[in-house]
Amino acid sequence: MTVAFAELRERADRRWRELNDSAWVRVGGGVSGEAAGCDEVIDAFNSELASVDVSSTVSRVGMYGLCYAEPLVDIKTPGGPRVWYANVTPEQVPGLVEKHVKGGQPVGAQAFAYESAGEGQVLQGVAKFQDLPDVAAQTRIATRNFGHIDPQDLLQYIANGGYAGLEKALDGMAPDQVLDEVKGSGLRGRGGAAFPTGLKWSFLSGNPAPVKYVLCNCEEGDPGAFNDKAILESDPHTLLEGLILAGYATGATKGFIFIRQGHDEPINAARKAVADAYEAGLLGENILGSEFSYDAEVVLTGDSYVAGEETALMEAIEGKRSQPRYRPPFPAQAGLWQKPSNINNVKSLSYVPQIIARGGEWFKTVGTEKSSGTALVCLTGDIVRPGLFEIPMGLTIRQVLEDIGGGAPGAKKIKVLQTGGPLGGVLGEEAFDTEIDFDAMSAAGAILGSGGIIVGDEDVNVVDLTRALVAFNQFESCGKCFPCRLGTTHMLETLDRVCMNKAYEEDFALMDRIGSSMKVGSLCGHGQLGYNPILSAVKFFKDEFDACIAEHAGPVGAFPDGSMITPSRTRP
Amino acid sequence: MASEAPESADDLRVQIQALLKGQSQPTVTVLSSLLAIQDDLHYLPNEAIEETASFSNTTINEVWSVASFYTNFRFTPPGDHTYEVCWGPSCHVKGAQQILKCVQEELGIDREGETEDGKVTLKYGTCLGACAQAPVIAIDHHHKGRITMEIAVRLARELKS
Repeated sequence: MTVAFAELRERADRRWRELNDSAWVRVGGGVSGEAAGCDEVIDAFNSELASVDVSSTVSRVGMYGLCYAEPLVDIKTPGGPRVWYANVTPEQVPGLVEKHVKGGQPVGAQAFAYESAGEGQVLQGVAKFQDLPDVAAQTRIATRNFGHIDPQDLLQYIANGGYAGLEKALDGMAPDQVLDEVKGSGLRGRGGAAFPTGLKWSFLSGNPAPVKYVLCNCEEGDPGAFNDKAILESDPHTLLEGLILAGYATGATKGFIFIRQGHDEPINAARKAVADAYEAGLLGENILGSEFSYDAEVVLTGDSYVAGEETALMEAIEGKRSQPRYRPPFPAQAGLWQKPSNINNVKSLSYVPQIIARGGEWFKTVGTEKSSGTALVCLTGDIVRPGLFEIPMGLTIRQVLEDIGGGAPGAKKIKVLQTGGPLGGVLGEEAFDTEIDFDAMSAAGAILGSGGIIVGDEDVNVVDLTRALVAFNQFESCGKCFPCRLGTTHMLETLDRVCMNKAYEEDFALMDRIGSSMKVGSLCGHGQLGYNPILSAVKFFKDEFDACIAEHAGPVGAFPDGSMITPSRTRP
Repeated sequence: MASEAPESADDLRVQIQALLKGQSQPTVTVLSSLLAIQDDLHYLPNEAIEETASFSNTTINEVWSVASFYTNFRFTPPGDHTYEVCWGPSCHVKGAQQILKCVQEELGIDREGETEDGKVTLKYGTCLGACAQAPVIAIDHHHKGRITMEIAVRLARELKS
């Protein structure tokens, strides 16, 4: 171990011991926690503990992923079990402080789950955390620190094995060996295209140019997916370590983390992580005393969904309109500012530290043969347990919906799923036994994409849901390619008529023609895949579309006239 | 926080120039400049476009092309408060349309924009990022989830008064 890293490790271990030597209250934060009211709960703990004579720390940790249980609080006293309390209100806080933080006695009646500190420590009538069905089903690699460490504290990350992968690489692995390890892991890109990450990196490492960039895409405009932002909010150093390792393996000189403005929590967490890494010698000149030098910067974009497309992303970093470029040249030849560049999704990079620390062979033992590792699934919509769950590839959609999600509320039937973002698929029950892996999902007409699964129960009208997706795609078309710009507009107008019971059978043939023009006539996935939601929805729910065009069927949707409220802004 | 409103157009230019020069990050572009100005002023006055063009050594046309492209930029001052309702698909499934409608009715407007008294700006968000807490709204950028129509109307009423 290098001297520089040994010193960091020692400070980190001391910090971790100090935290665990007194009472530690961890409250799940992130945007999801904020929306559930975690800040009011944190304020209540801080004001309550200010007047109590007990040594304690209150931390706003990231999300654990169990969003249905938020605000989620866990309390650990020295020697005692770690106890989680779900859906905590500020009113409950004085009691929890008095009994648990001060008195060391967990409040069993209010506890959600616990983890014992040693053999034989049992909390009667309370579930073990690891036995919760939605926790037991997970294999946490990229999310291993979620809810566990304070994302703002570099030392807590290091105390939990952080930067061990980077240290291992710099202290004895050649860049090619790091690249081979990633290739051998079978890691495929998590941004949607599922391209092998190691192969992608080799395009960049083979380019001898003196200035090269690694770009991390955290634009994440997909509604229903929040896993990229969750990584930044909950464990930003996991991503940063992956970004530095990518730079080392490919010989790049700088990494960029690209996020949409307005998402303050992930932005601030990423900025702090970068600043702290510079200060600790993990970025900059001669990292950890090695020959390797590398910079990193957080860059913001304005609101534009297409900015998540890899060439549009480079335009946005250069400060221009985020519209896709022609390819070739490909980014690995001439990318950002015409320098060779490599674009990776947040999730893809976040696996890399563990792949280097534990080996590519180990990563391959998780998941399926062609899709190694895990999927970060965001379950939302009509589901009992919405949240973010890291599952090994190969579970079926049904297992995720039932074992993890707990089915639809009110014992209703789950009717429809929307996967892979607004350019992905609309799936019916026939597809629920599909295994979650890249190839099985594509074969079923869906894409795993960003990992979002929006669930609709029997009351959801599929035609109206499809219209909502197309409305999103219409609003977000960047306007560069006219088949996409006009095609999405015509499709939305047609679906409006379908919902208002003013459409005819021929309209579907028309949409089909528009859809195929978009596919061949658009530069990027936004236009190429823009017809997907309609195509897949009609495949699974033909009868529901037919019902909408039947005579005297009446409008569908939220309002009696079949209309839908959409943003009024249109782009030139 | 936004700075104090400037006394004159010249003061506004001085303020914008300070914002442009105050960008401390290594990568400074037309987009980063516009984001920095709007972060502080909450909108882009004409002076912002002109000063950004001169600061970036480019044309006013080029700056407009960027400013008009990203949907977060606005060119008139917003209301005192911003009420954002998410209409993304997760929220759609959980009843976002009805929530939008009742907030519109409470605020007395039928589109995105400002209320007549300029107190509240209503925005439709494409995705506010807290999908697991759907339906979601954000008031002055503070997210609130598991919203019902009753809560949405009450919060709108509180902002109006």
